Amino acid sequence: MSKTPAFHLGQILTYFILIAGSITALIPLGWSISTSLKTIDQLAVWPPQWIPNPVAWNNYIDVFQQIPVLQYFGNTMVIVTAWVVGGVVTCSFVAYGFARTQFKGRDTLFLILLSTLMMPYVVRLIPLFMIYKELGWINTFLPVTVPQLLGRNAFYIFLLRQFFIGLPHELTDAARIDGCSHFGIWWRIVLPLSKPALATVAVFAFQAAWDDFLAPLVYMGGNPDLRTLALGLFAFRAAPGQVAMTHLLMAMSVMMIIPILLIFAFGQRYFIQGVTMSGLKG
Amino acid sequence: MSAPVPDQRTGNRLGGVASAPRTAFSSWFTGMQAEKYIGYVFVAPWVIAFLCFELIPTAAAFFFSLTDWSVVGQWNFIGFANYIEMFTRDRLFARSVGNTLYYVVFAVPLNVTMAFLLALLLNAKVRGQTFFRTMFYLPALIPSVAGAIVWIWIFDTNNGILNFFLSQLGIEPIRWLSSPQWSKPALIIMSLWSIGAGMVIYLAGLQNISEELYEAAEVDGANPLQRLIHITIPLMTPTIFFNLILGIISSFQVFNSAFIMTGGGPVNSTLFYMLHIYEQAFTHWKMGYASALSVVLFLFVLVLTLIVNRTSKRWVFYG
Repeated sequence: MSKTPAFHLGQILTYFILIAGSITALIPLGWSISTSLKTIDQLAVWPPQWIPNPVAWNNYIDVFQQIPVLQYFGNTMVIVTAWVVGGVVTCSFVAYGFARTQFKGRDTLFLILLSTLMMPYVVRLIPLFMIYKELGWINTFLPVTVPQLLGRNAFYIFLLRQFFIGLPHELTDAARIDGCSHFGIWWRIVLPLSKPALATVAVFAFQAAWDDFLAPLVYMGGNPDLRTLALGLFAFRAAPGQVAMTHLLMAMSVMMIIPILLIFAFGQRYFIQGVTMSGLKG
Repeated sequence: MSAPVPDQRTGNRLGGVASAPRTAFSSWFTGMQAEKYIGYVFVAPWVIAFLCFELIPTAAAFFFSLTDWSVVGQWNFIGFANYIEMFTRDRLFARSVGNTLYYVVFAVPLNVTMAFLLALLLNAKVRGQTFFRTMFYLPALIPSVAGAIVWIWIFDTNNGILNFFLSQLGIEPIRWLSSPQWSKPALIIMSLWSIGAGMVIYLAGLQNISEELYEAAEVDGANPLQRLIHITIPLMTPTIFFNLILGIISSFQVFNSAFIMTGGGPVNSTLFYMLHIYEQAFTHWKMGYASALSVVLFLFVLVLTLIVNRTSKRWVFYG
């Protein structure tokens, strides 16, 4: 490669933009952590201090006293479990059907499944509310868990089906010839082989369930005991007649962010792999 | 060397790699008769979920849009009255459509362009590609609710970090979330924070382009800009196109940020379409009317997807 001055300038500019961009991308996070460690009077200090003095670690304890964080966490985990189990078990079960079994109308049905991915959720929101109301499911966990457990998430079915199709046929053919049922193949061969894809579905499901806001708001919003972290955070901020406890609000936000970051730290490639699988055509 | 074919009448099991437990149930599964129908069993959970939680509700939405259902009390069949009201008397309908279009027109191209440019930058032979990719992707991971709460504070007029940086540049504090002119730009700026996800997708696509193409072009005397225009961009159009559509469709449904940060205000400047639907349904309890609103969105997305699919052949390069 010829080392012309223009080449060097391009490289320097690239690094500069990337570094500046990275810092900018992280400022909101850093700022929220910084704010979460301030005392209430430090909030209005101008110019804003990055490192609070003194560092109010007790904010993280105070949050637990003001808000039933553990309860919200438990509620959120109920939903997360439904999403993850539904994705890893049910969606892979359904995906196997689309990928490795033959039946009349299979491909048409799959096209229908794909088309549901594009359709706005809101058109179902209100009728579903009415249906759940008739069933007595409003203000219970049922509306936000049952559909997921039945494999409603077409996106995960799509991802897993693409993966299953790519699995080598020799193994499954050998098992078929040995008389293994489809169920056995799914359970004992395909699933163990699909750990990366299942991990991707699991992290996506976790992320989606952790952040789910509209559905819990509409179907469970009337019951404060069932609030998820997302709903709880919103409720805390929207609570009327209280002094803006921004520092505690930031602490709670940070606590809501950390689990996702941890999962990302350990399973980065599953996120990246999944994002690229879903975004690249074909 | 071929494996022995099982006795088709009895589904003879020969042991082997992974034999299922020998019960009457599973021998039904292995019979050749069952082969035709076993697929239905596998997809059954999704089919049930689809019928109960997607098809029927969607059809019901169409039906209820023709009524004045309001949760309590009698409901009547009122034909297209909801739709007429929507287009003639509901000022908020026009407002919400305008706000949503504003958001889509600015947020989506900005997001796609910046994500693509970032991916291009990152794809140049820079060291620490994984590090930078992580840095940019992290914000996209943050739960939108937590992000919204954090950005409320960032946008705070008096103590927010954004106005602080602006003040360093000599710019007066902007009333981000409390002025009608700046509320939508604020939300658009916030949406740019999550371009990392798009960047990752484009980066993967860029890395799929064979080096040989670039080398051949360089041999032919093409400079970097020409290589960009004649190789990179045409080969990336399917991916860009696909993500553009997804971006548009999801932007039309922007809800969390507006609901949490501004509640549709100030003065309805951030009343997006979905927020309008939500308020009609769950604040005013006008379920029939809200259903009509959601049907309009549904049809719009449907038509948009169809149109875009038809015209895509014109400007997407399918090598």
